[in-house]
Amino acid sequence: MASHTEDGSNRRDFIVVAAQAFAGVGTAIALWPFIHQMNPDASTQAAASLEVDLAPVKDGQAITVMWRGKPVFIRNRSKEEVKQALDVKLADLVDISARNDALPEKTPALDANRTKKGKENWLVMVGICTHLGCIPKGQSMSDAKGDYGGWFCPCHGSHYDTSGRIRKGPAPRNLEVPPYEFVSDTKIKIG
Amino acid sequence: MASHESSYRPTNRLSKWLDARLPIQRMMHAQFIDFPTPRNINYLWTTGGLLSFFLGVQLLTGIVLAMHYAPTAADAFNSVEHIRRDVNYGWLMRNMHAVGASMFFLAVYIHIGRGLYYGSYKAPREVLWIIGVVIFLLMMATAFMGYSLPWGQMSFWAVTVITNLFSSIDSIIPGLGTRIVQWLWGGYSVSGTTLTRFFSLHYLLPFVIAGAVVLHIWALHVVGQNNPTGLEIKTASDSVPMSPHAVTKDIFALSVFVMLFAWFVFYLPDYLGHPDNYIEANPLSTPPHIVPEWYFLPYYAILRAIPNKLLGVVAMFASIIILCFTPWLDTSRVRSSKYRPVYKWFFWLFVITVIALGYLGSKPPEGAYVLWARIFTAYYFMHFLIVMPIVGVMETPSRMPRSITEAVLGSSGQPVNVGAPAAPPRH
Repeated sequence: MASHTEDGSNRRDFIVVAAQAFAGVGTAIALWPFIHQMNPDASTQAAASLEVDLAPVKDGQAITVMWRGKPVFIRNRSKEEVKQALDVKLADLVDISARNDALPEKTPALDANRTKKGKENWLVMVGICTHLGCIPKGQSMSDAKGDYGGWFCPCHGSHYDTSGRIRKGPAPRNLEVPPYEFVSDTKIKIG
Repeated sequence: MASHESSYRPTNRLSKWLDARLPIQRMMHAQFIDFPTPRNINYLWTTGGLLSFFLGVQLLTGIVLAMHYAPTAADAFNSVEHIRRDVNYGWLMRNMHAVGASMFFLAVYIHIGRGLYYGSYKAPREVLWIIGVVIFLLMMATAFMGYSLPWGQMSFWAVTVITNLFSSIDSIIPGLGTRIVQWLWGGYSVSGTTLTRFFSLHYLLPFVIAGAVVLHIWALHVVGQNNPTGLEIKTASDSVPMSPHAVTKDIFALSVFVMLFAWFVFYLPDYLGHPDNYIEANPLSTPPHIVPEWYFLPYYAILRAIPNKLLGVVAMFASIIILCFTPWLDTSRVRSSKYRPVYKWFFWLFVITVIALGYLGSKPPEGAYVLWARIFTAYYFMHFLIVMPIVGVMETPSRMPRSITEAVLGSSGQPVNVGAPAAPPRH
């Protein structure tokens, strides 16, 4: 029968361990497609980038567009709103990261890091509260804008300032700035 | 399973033939007819039967509804209205299913409360109790996914809020939480893709619950039922056979509970729901005030009471998981609160706390509501982590009867043989 090696294990032990390991690894690999099928599919990932014409958005107005199934807030901020956003010190912020997809994670949450240079009046953000995904109020003129004049999430009471930064309430992060660029003076491309 | 002599006698040739091959009738007879039940169990011990009944109702009406429902973002909302208006008896099926969920939770809360009051979680019933907590969690997952299916505003935003709970993992491992949430959604936001998979899982989970219920009943029949005294069955006179005694009591209690069920089904089918769910889901407009169904309100209050997102989520899940640890957190050597003069008061304080959290969960998260939610959340956890271990050690239990029989007949009463088939003394 099997030839014993010095430590007492034999060919049968090897076959048992090898067969179990093979079956174990095989099962784990076979499981992956069943898990991965739930991830965003190719058609969802291929969702094209979106061009938005900003010309009709007057000073102080805001529009909401849909990008990848998510609302994107675009606000043409008034001079006072920009000034309010610029005057905030980093020390007063809950989240000190700019949350700008075009900039590294560590970038400080200064208003300048959440807008494009020379276009500081335009604020473009994903309009989803970073707490639990509600749509904050503040886009329409009659909305409650919260204690800091920006946006207010009615679900659990998060207040965002005029730069979309979290100031008060349970939300942990500033509203996300999606990747976008100005393709002309009055047109942006998101994504 | 518990050892007791079977009175099963196969009578006809088919039964004898089957008994020699698969003794399923013998097993059912032993477990659901001869099974010794404590002679002193009160109506709170009928909730197990009630829960089995409502699991059956949900399965049956759910299978019917799935024949007429369309799990796509475009059609879901209208197909529910189609069921209510056009399908023959569709209104009845839908009302029974929606109200049945509420009744299921009402019964489970009484069932859990009974277990907590009479110390049913204590040794040797720890595994029985923990399987119960698992069933409760499965029920919550099933109910949550079921609530998404009508695809109204509350459905949509409840899914958004609850799935986003997982994004709190981002604050431990950046990016992981977002990946999990997108995996659950099948996209970058809640969409029809999410609805379809929730429908699939909503159909699956009740059968998982049914499997867990089999384990729950198995564990129950190994250790035997607890009872208001918290004493074990010691002699034959402590118990009666399950049928007809406990079964008849179950049927009576079920009949009364079904009246309540029917009252809601026929007269107030939408009372326990939220009017906003009759507005079709709109990803661009959050309802001003998102509330879950009534049976989730206490946990929702705990979630919102804590200002930190991750800690809020952790506290919400911990509030249920902590139940698994009660067998070891409760240090008292007495099971039943009936003989625990101090703990009894804390138990009712805990009940008030849960009801108060439920009320606060239905209110907007501002002002005094937040403060009270924090106070009651603190007591919720203190009850388990401080009151249970400390009161158990400090308290002097009141005098207990020596046996179940004595509790029923008094100490002077002679143990009377009530005709129970021999339930041998437990060892």
